[in-house]
Amino acid sequence: MAAVTPLLTTTDLCKAFGGLRAVDHVDFSVAPGEVRAVIGPNGAGKTTFVSLVCGRIAPTSGTIVFDGRDITAMPAHERVRAGIAYTFQITSVFPNLTAFDNVALPVQRTLADGRGSGRLRDGVMAALSRTGLAARAGTPAGALSYGHQRLLEVAMGLALKPRLLILDEPTQGLSDGEIDSFVGLVREIARDATVLLIEHNMPVVMALADRITVLDAGKVLAEGTPDEIRANAQVQAAYLGTEAA
Amino acid sequence: MTREETSIRTWLLHALVVAALFALNFVLPDYHHGVLARVMVLAVFAMGYNLLFGYVGLLSLGHAMFFAAGLYGAGLPMVHLGWGAGAGFATGLAAGLALSLAIGFLALRTTGVAFMIVTMMFSQVVYLLTFYFGSWTRGDEGLVIQQAERRLSFAGFDLDLTSPATRYMAALILFAVVLALTLAIVRSSFGRVLVAIRENEERTRMLGFDVFAGKLAATVVSGTICAAAGAAYAILFGYVGASFASVQYSILPLLWVLLGGAATTLGPLLGTLLMYYLIDGSGDLLKAWLPGWNVSHLGIVGLALVVLVLFFPRGILGTIRGRWVRWLP
Repeated sequence: MAAVTPLLTTTDLCKAFGGLRAVDHVDFSVAPGEVRAVIGPNGAGKTTFVSLVCGRIAPTSGTIVFDGRDITAMPAHERVRAGIAYTFQITSVFPNLTAFDNVALPVQRTLADGRGSGRLRDGVMAALSRTGLAARAGTPAGALSYGHQRLLEVAMGLALKPRLLILDEPTQGLSDGEIDSFVGLVREIARDATVLLIEHNMPVVMALADRITVLDAGKVLAEGTPDEIRANAQVQAAYLGTEAA
Repeated sequence: MTREETSIRTWLLHALVVAALFALNFVLPDYHHGVLARVMVLAVFAMGYNLLFGYVGLLSLGHAMFFAAGLYGAGLPMVHLGWGAGAGFATGLAAGLALSLAIGFLALRTTGVAFMIVTMMFSQVVYLLTFYFGSWTRGDEGLVIQQAERRLSFAGFDLDLTSPATRYMAALILFAVVLALTLAIVRSSFGRVLVAIRENEERTRMLGFDVFAGKLAATVVSGTICAAAGAAYAILFGYVGASFASVQYSILPLLWVLLGGAATTLGPLLGTLLMYYLIDGSGDLLKAWLPGWNVSHLGIVGLALVVLVLFFPRGILGTIRGRWVRWLP
């Protein structure tokens, strides 16, 4: 691992809301091609942490380096163009636009940036096909089932051709069958992108993650392979509320 | 229906509307002929307003300043410097472009109610400036552009813009150009981004779009279209007065667009036309039905606004699109 230059590094990253340190001196790095899960109890600062990475909120202190560039002060929309895509925890598709138009927005972004090629329509249909939504291209997003809206959210993330795809609780509210196909989709995405996955569903985390970072009260509690994390007494304590041995 | 079929159908519909307006030139009686020429120019004002209000979802209460920028931008050099209609129209456009760029840059730092108030205040500044520089603008009394100035000469043609038929055709050409422009914009990828900003600004930002730049571009296009309407109004109807910069002229385009249907390309024309005749006809009706009440046409405007917002928030074409004709742009 040490030989590979990380795709994303945060150094001493902090975010305070008043007196609350939601993210507290986090040093974190992800290698290219990795699927990294970020887990932790409710309120551990997971969403705040990835919001700092994608630029939705500004850090109180610390630095963020993406692909060798310091992006700490870069506006969110430029980070997206640099290759960081974020899919929202609360489904955030455009309900009044068709599924096609929802995906056309990120596709036209990559075309305008010179990162994509070919026709708009082909790019949109490719992203919809990968998520199994091609037949619903003309349906307004608000009329899709919840599971399909989650998939549309992922299709929009995919269509940005990200180098780092941040999935914020993607399986929340999905049925077991939908979760299975979702795991397959993320595996396929991980072939050409690095994935940062925030997830509560432990079987999904264990099935997908190469490495896991555990956050608790804004701090990194532990980091390691799924097996290491499963065996970690401190992690068990944070989740189960028992005293650490 | 495929996208190509929708596209053909849409352009055909708009071409038919323009053709119908062209045909009306030859059949309308004098009075209504004059009204329609005026309505087409004011509909351009409404289309400019609709671009920002309907598609981007930004409610401005100060668009009179852009109309006034075009009106005075064209009228002042024509009256004081003896410029021709073509040069006057160009300076009117330039004034609107410069003003909307500056106002957009300042006002777009706010959203929602604050945006409404900030645009209204800037518009009041423009209104008061027309009095401050009263020695040139003659304030409320206004300026009359002489018939001799209101001519357009090019390539051997000499058009008298004060003759009814020529004036009607000039208004129709401006209307058709701006209608085609708005249709092209809302069907373009830029138009898709504007609608995305209206629907969910944060999501649009996280898809890599510079939301501020998108709103600023829309404000400039909107302001410049409104200035084109103002400049055309000065040239075609020969009067430049402070009342066009008053708050009433910021409310009217909102009302026209709400009536016709916000975020529909043809709504502004329909709304302007109906509201014009409603106000025009209401004077006599009010006198006949409510003698002695002395209700002004502003009362009618206010009542129309309340009824619209309560019962038809999507306007006429918005309701038609929602219920029956989904492909309507």
